[in-house]
Amino acid sequence: MSSRLLNQIGLFFAALVIVSPAILFFLWMISLSLKFEIDNGAYPPILIPERFAWSNYVKVFEENNFLLYLWNSVLVTGTATLLALLIGVPAGYGIARLKAERSAVVIMIARMTPGLSYLIPLFLLFQWIGILGTLWPQIIIHLVVTVPIVVWVMIGYFETTPMELEEAANIDGASSWQVFRLVALPIAKPGIVVAFILSVIFSWNNFVFGVVLASRETRTLPVAVYNMLSYEQVSWGPLAAAALVVTLPVLVLTMFAQKQIVAGLTAGAVKGG
Amino acid sequence: MSAIAPERTGVTTGRTEVTTDRTAVTTDRTEVTMQAIEESQSVRLAPNYWPFVVPALVVVSAVIVFPWAFTLWMSVNRWTLGQSRSFAGMENYLRLASDPRFWESLVHTLTYTSLSVAAPMFLGTVAALIFDARFPLRGLLRGVFVMPMMATPVAVALVWTMMFHPQLGVLNYLLSLVGIPAQEWIFNANTVIPSLVAVETWQWTPLVMLIVLGGLASVPREPFESAEIDGANAWQQFRYLTLPMIAPFLMIALIIRTIDALKSFDIIYAMTQGGPGTASETINIYLYNTAFSYYDIGYGSAMAVVFFIVIVALSFILLMLRQRSQWNDAEGK
Repeated sequence: MSSRLLNQIGLFFAALVIVSPAILFFLWMISLSLKFEIDNGAYPPILIPERFAWSNYVKVFEENNFLLYLWNSVLVTGTATLLALLIGVPAGYGIARLKAERSAVVIMIARMTPGLSYLIPLFLLFQWIGILGTLWPQIIIHLVVTVPIVVWVMIGYFETTPMELEEAANIDGASSWQVFRLVALPIAKPGIVVAFILSVIFSWNNFVFGVVLASRETRTLPVAVYNMLSYEQVSWGPLAAAALVVTLPVLVLTMFAQKQIVAGLTAGAVKGG
Repeated sequence: MSAIAPERTGVTTGRTEVTTDRTAVTTDRTEVTMQAIEESQSVRLAPNYWPFVVPALVVVSAVIVFPWAFTLWMSVNRWTLGQSRSFAGMENYLRLASDPRFWESLVHTLTYTSLSVAAPMFLGTVAALIFDARFPLRGLLRGVFVMPMMATPVAVALVWTMMFHPQLGVLNYLLSLVGIPAQEWIFNANTVIPSLVAVETWQWTPLVMLIVLGGLASVPREPFESAEIDGANAWQQFRYLTLPMIAPFLMIALIIRTIDALKSFDIIYAMTQGGPGTASETINIYLYNTAFSYYDIGYGSAMAVVFFIVIVALSFILLMLRQRSQWNDAEGK
């Protein structure tokens, strides 16, 4: 009995050691974002300052147009994810029912392709159509990330949902579309949630597309925070605060939807970009 | 209407079958008709699934397949943005072969990749073995462990840049506590790649952990019980039981990690842009500079094609290894 307890304590500390880089990093990130310049430049470094610099967060939103960029990020990620669900969920259903899993090879190859090789041709295409300077180029190119994720997750999901109900509905005279909308779709809700969450996260985090396609007015948050680093005189507090603002929505989502994320990632092991 | 019509055909098919095969009818008439109706129904029941796939097919063709084709075409053209385009044949590819900066970036890419595969593979497997066991606060700790993977790479890179700062960074302070002299991290050509790999490892070890953890969950208990009776120690159990059983999952993790490490962009670009000098310039970064700093899209496209071939070739080799290891396993049994 006591040896089992000892074993558990040992495992707990081993886990603590292997998690510590993550814990320390995020603690330090929060600490940086809440310190005045004097404290951030102090040696030896200070983890918990005497005065908290909440003004860093105010500065981020006041001086850098962050509300606009936050809104841009919401629009790009939201639209790209919704469009991907709209076309990707039926596609996943169709591919699973057609038993055409081989067509998923296209998605595998898409995953291997570096994001930059989509950027050059699509950049030219957007320039030619004349939509550079709007949010549309980013929304469209984010489909490169979101559509494969959704299709991949949904194929896997529809393969496991039972066929009996669909067959019964079919015998009752329901059309394919009715079967999909009224029978298959309600059962697939958990799968759709997984696809939605992963799609949102990888679209939100995407940087490479924005860095090329975004103009001053159409930056998304990752591009905005990168530009703070390169163009403004580096002041650590606001910079760390901005970094935290960018990644906070994703981290909160990760905390609340851990089960779905783990399920989606280990099933398809997808990653965008 | 449409629901009734096919059934009618069902009846007629049944009748034709009755006339063609009379003996069958006399022996068991009902069975034949039932069978015929069922058959005809299965024809009727095959719903058309293609309309579900078409919209995605159109979008994938436009944003994924079209760029592949267009890149291939651009790669055989002399084309700098803002200047006129002319056909170049294999010129861009030949130029690539004799471009020392490209070869240097290839070496950087392979160094970066092998390190960013090896470290997360090792640490991720160790982490999975720990998280496979039961202990207090396991769920919470696993949740925190997964967070780096989901955090926005640019935001992460920014904070790491501050931590790597030679004078004010917290890392050099931590080193000084254990008596190691201050390092220049990403600001020194000799340490820049290992430093970037540390960040990449920090971020992507959780993905390996999750995949291996999935593998460990599928390992049966019985062989371990008999091994224990036979007196096998923990290491022997791991080496001869666990490892072979989770090998397919390790292989999947290896392939995914290799692809992602080869393609790595955000962290390198945000932290060093390939510097100092070109010390951390991978193919992806050189490709970016060629296409979007020098606007040499013909040459950039050729680079993209070669880079794509490198990725596919490496993935393919790993897949082959995987298949062969499975084959050997099957033969061994």
